Amino acid sequence: MSDRGHLKKTNLAATAPASITTAGPMTGLADGPRGAKPRRMLSTRTVIVYGTLFVAAAYYLLPLYVMIVTSLKGMPEIRLGNIFAPPLEVTFEPWVKAWSSACTGLNCDGLSRGFWNSVLITVPSTVVSIAIASVNGYALSNWRFKGADAFFTILVVGAFIPYQVMIYPIVIILREIGLYGSLYGLIIVHTIFGMPILTLLFRNYFAGLPEELFKAARVDGAGFWGIYFKIMVPMSLPIFVVAMILQVTGIWNDFLMGVVFTRPEYYPMTVQLNNIVNSVQGVKEYNVNMAATILTGAVPLLVYFVSGRLFVRGIAAGAVKG
Amino acid sequence: MTSVSVKDLRLSFGQVTVLDQLNLDIQEGEFLVLLGSSGCGKSTLLNCIAGLLDITDGQIFINGRNVTWDEPKDRGIGMVFQSYALYPQMTVEKNLSFGLKVAKLPQAEIDKRVKRAAEILQIGPLLKRKPSELSGGQRQRVAIGRALVRDVDVFLFDEPLSNLDAKLRSELRVEIKRLHQSLKNTMIYVTHDQIEALTLADRIAIMKGGVIQQLADPNTIYNAPKNMFVAGFIGSPSMNFLKGEIAAAVDGKPVFVAEGVTFSLDGYRTGEPLLPGRRVVLGVRPEHVKVDEPGVAAAERHEAVVDIEEPMGADNLLWLKNAGHTMAVRTAGSRRFSPGTKVRLSFDMSLASLFDAATEERI
Amino acid sequence: MSSNARAGRPSRLTRNLSAKIASVPMMLTAVVIFLGGTVWTVVYSFTSSKLLPRLKFVGLDQYERLWSTPRWLVSIENLAIYGIFSLVFSLVIGFVLAALMDQKIRFENTFRTIFLYPFALSFIVTGLVWQWLLNPEHGIQSAVRAMGWAGFDFDPLYNSSIVIYGILIAALWQGTGLVMCLMLAGLRGIDEDIWKASRVDGIPMWKTYLFVVIPMMRPVFVTTLVIIASGIVRVYDLVVAQTSGGPGIASEVPAKYVYDYMFQAQNLGQGFAASTMMLITVAIIIVPWAYLEFGGGRKRV
Repeated sequence: MSDRGHLKKTNLAATAPASITTAGPMTGLADGPRGAKPRRMLSTRTVIVYGTLFVAAAYYLLPLYVMIVTSLKGMPEIRLGNIFAPPLEVTFEPWVKAWSSACTGLNCDGLSRGFWNSVLITVPSTVVSIAIASVNGYALSNWRFKGADAFFTILVVGAFIPYQVMIYPIVIILREIGLYGSLYGLIIVHTIFGMPILTLLFRNYFAGLPEELFKAARVDGAGFWGIYFKIMVPMSLPIFVVAMILQVTGIWNDFLMGVVFTRPEYYPMTVQLNNIVNSVQGVKEYNVNMAATILTGAVPLLVYFVSGRLFVRGIAAGAVKG
Repeated sequence: MTSVSVKDLRLSFGQVTVLDQLNLDIQEGEFLVLLGSSGCGKSTLLNCIAGLLDITDGQIFINGRNVTWDEPKDRGIGMVFQSYALYPQMTVEKNLSFGLKVAKLPQAEIDKRVKRAAEILQIGPLLKRKPSELSGGQRQRVAIGRALVRDVDVFLFDEPLSNLDAKLRSELRVEIKRLHQSLKNTMIYVTHDQIEALTLADRIAIMKGGVIQQLADPNTIYNAPKNMFVAGFIGSPSMNFLKGEIAAAVDGKPVFVAEGVTFSLDGYRTGEPLLPGRRVVLGVRPEHVKVDEPGVAAAERHEAVVDIEEPMGADNLLWLKNAGHTMAVRTAGSRRFSPGTKVRLSFDMSLASLFDAATEERI
Repeated sequence: MSSNARAGRPSRLTRNLSAKIASVPMMLTAVVIFLGGTVWTVVYSFTSSKLLPRLKFVGLDQYERLWSTPRWLVSIENLAIYGIFSLVFSLVIGFVLAALMDQKIRFENTFRTIFLYPFALSFIVTGLVWQWLLNPEHGIQSAVRAMGWAGFDFDPLYNSSIVIYGILIAALWQGTGLVMCLMLAGLRGIDEDIWKASRVDGIPMWKTYLFVVIPMMRPVFVTTLVIIASGIVRVYDLVVAQTSGGPGIASEVPAKYVYDYMFQAQNLGQGFAASTMMLITVAIIIVPWAYLEFGGGRKRV
């Protein structure tokens, strides 16, 4: 193992060997080291660095590996065999069962219902929360009005308040307006709890755009919405993508809001997964459980692998959400 | 006729007052430069005139119309920014026409105006490009074009050349001057660059601490600065200042005495009587100091030693040392001095300035 | 020139009207939900609300009952253990991984992807995977025993005295990638010349990290600490998925206590009191930080 710098230096030395070989025996100042400094291929440092990284990588990959192999085994093989052993006989039956016929205790139509519920919850919640938060951020960075900063401060401090503190009042409000238990109610809840971090994200991004652009647009006669739609939004596509990644993974992975604010027929995938796996009835089918777990994790994992660096940027901003 | 008029303008943010009791009248077709170092309030004043900042008190008139509460778009102004502020996702053509579309002008009129602006600024071939595909100079032309298509009477420039390199800056400077000569619009131009100010302006307003220190044509600003700030700000290297006092010579005429050397004030014109004993500061620009000038009375020669010589081609800049203070002198490039040379200095009093030591105002 | 050529000055209210209208959802959220909701919950924590919230004040009764309930005491104890260990381990592991990643290694992106992917997964998924891995009959314990080490004992999820550590392992798996990322960003923000200077001065690398780099990264550490800490107080889904609070009440946490009392035991007063305690815990973490970051701490370099 060696880094690129080492390889490069070796090449350089190789291109000019003539002067070294023809120089013959030398004495005095000309003697001694010359050319590229030799490097050992495996220094102690490299061993430690890569060794630790590989051990750590194994720890992080192990659960994913176990999930996959377990989900591909039949139950008899699981009972007898080793959890780490690859499947002797690959079967996709657990996947089929997890998707279409696993029981939650209430019904036995698998995770598919939860999947579509999660889609129905995630898509509108993401769109609404981003639309509102981006306008908030825009108003806060470009159209500061008296008192705006006070609202924003409350919002940011609110990001740290445990959800448990605010849940019950929201239940009451939603019940009063007749949305408790419905999908609309949950969309509102996700919009509310996504607002602090998204508003912060958009405000900081818009504040980073040159102020003179905003001034130029005002001289050109564009108003609040004109500047937002024609100037700001087209310039800010990356941050909209970051916000989308943040919201899709966050809302898809949510459990608490799904349990509190929806009726069982609207339960999102996470809630249903938990109900399937932790159902006390019947024999535990570990392979089906793992298949269901992978299915539930698949959407955010897909978002993660596709988005790469933008995901890192999103979570660095969204980390506050916890 | 007055084109832009600012009356008793006050601007404060909470407790902090940035501009106070500011008055400024700009004539139609005039090129006015607001000059000062950063934080002096020049850009703030321009933003107030543009309507981008809401003022606290006072009034602003443009072409005889009170625009104090008008939106920027209704003030009849066009504005050019330091960072060009081109809309990055729009082509040059769309950048130019955006404001006209917002104003719902007929398409034919929009095309006509864009075409004319493109012709004047020679950006026709660039119309279909995005700002990111343009060089700095081209971007700034487009930014000027955006002000041009608005067909307004007053142009506002906010440090338009500061983001460009030295060569482009001097090219565009000439072009802006040519534009002004052909369009004859009123232009208000903010800069911290005194060369731009001196070359472009009909009148310069030098600002410091939110106050206009002097408002006059470039020649007056340069040769008869109103106070020591203006004198020191304009000119590079800065004006030399000598502390001393007025004394009466044997013949009764006032003379300036500093460190035992007496200078006749014969050539100095002033309305005030120069009373002996008054503590003053004499200001002399580097090019108005004469080195080893023949025919000057021995008593009026100031001795100094050459410390550093900076040959600049056409000129030769000398930094002289004398009794602890430094003095800059500009001589012809052909005259060379080696460090350590003793020289004798004399001043051209008709071009010098005298300031009161206490008030720092010109006498 | 008439000084009043134009119609009246736009009034305070109608200036920026669009911006104000557009901000109505934000104002409502901030004032009604975040501020109002919090105050509401705190106020009702002093009432005897049971099935429905009602304003019958009973002073500190709910808090007295809370602090004499074994389940709450276990929850707090668990939170303390979980919190301290998870803070220390995620900071140490996160920093070490970041420092290793900063050695101009090959495959940096691959390693980053591997360390961070668990963070994309929900706590429910995390909890269920580790429930399976820590299953004593089929999981790690049985695999190690099958390799010949018959006496190997590792069944945290079925042993009340160490169950919280079982949850900790899962939480660290899920969350350290994020800490690593934040730390790596912090390390990358450090001036390259610092490393050159320390190399010229002959300071060993570990000493440079300990005495130069870490002090320089103070703001990153503080931010990370706050992020981890506010996540710790909220831990809920992970416990629900991994142990459901069991065995018995051995892995209960405050957030679960609140949920169970509010929505299952129909004892709202207890739920409100418990959630108010959570709020206080967060305040203890956040207020000093906010003070340091935005208050008197500004003077530091």
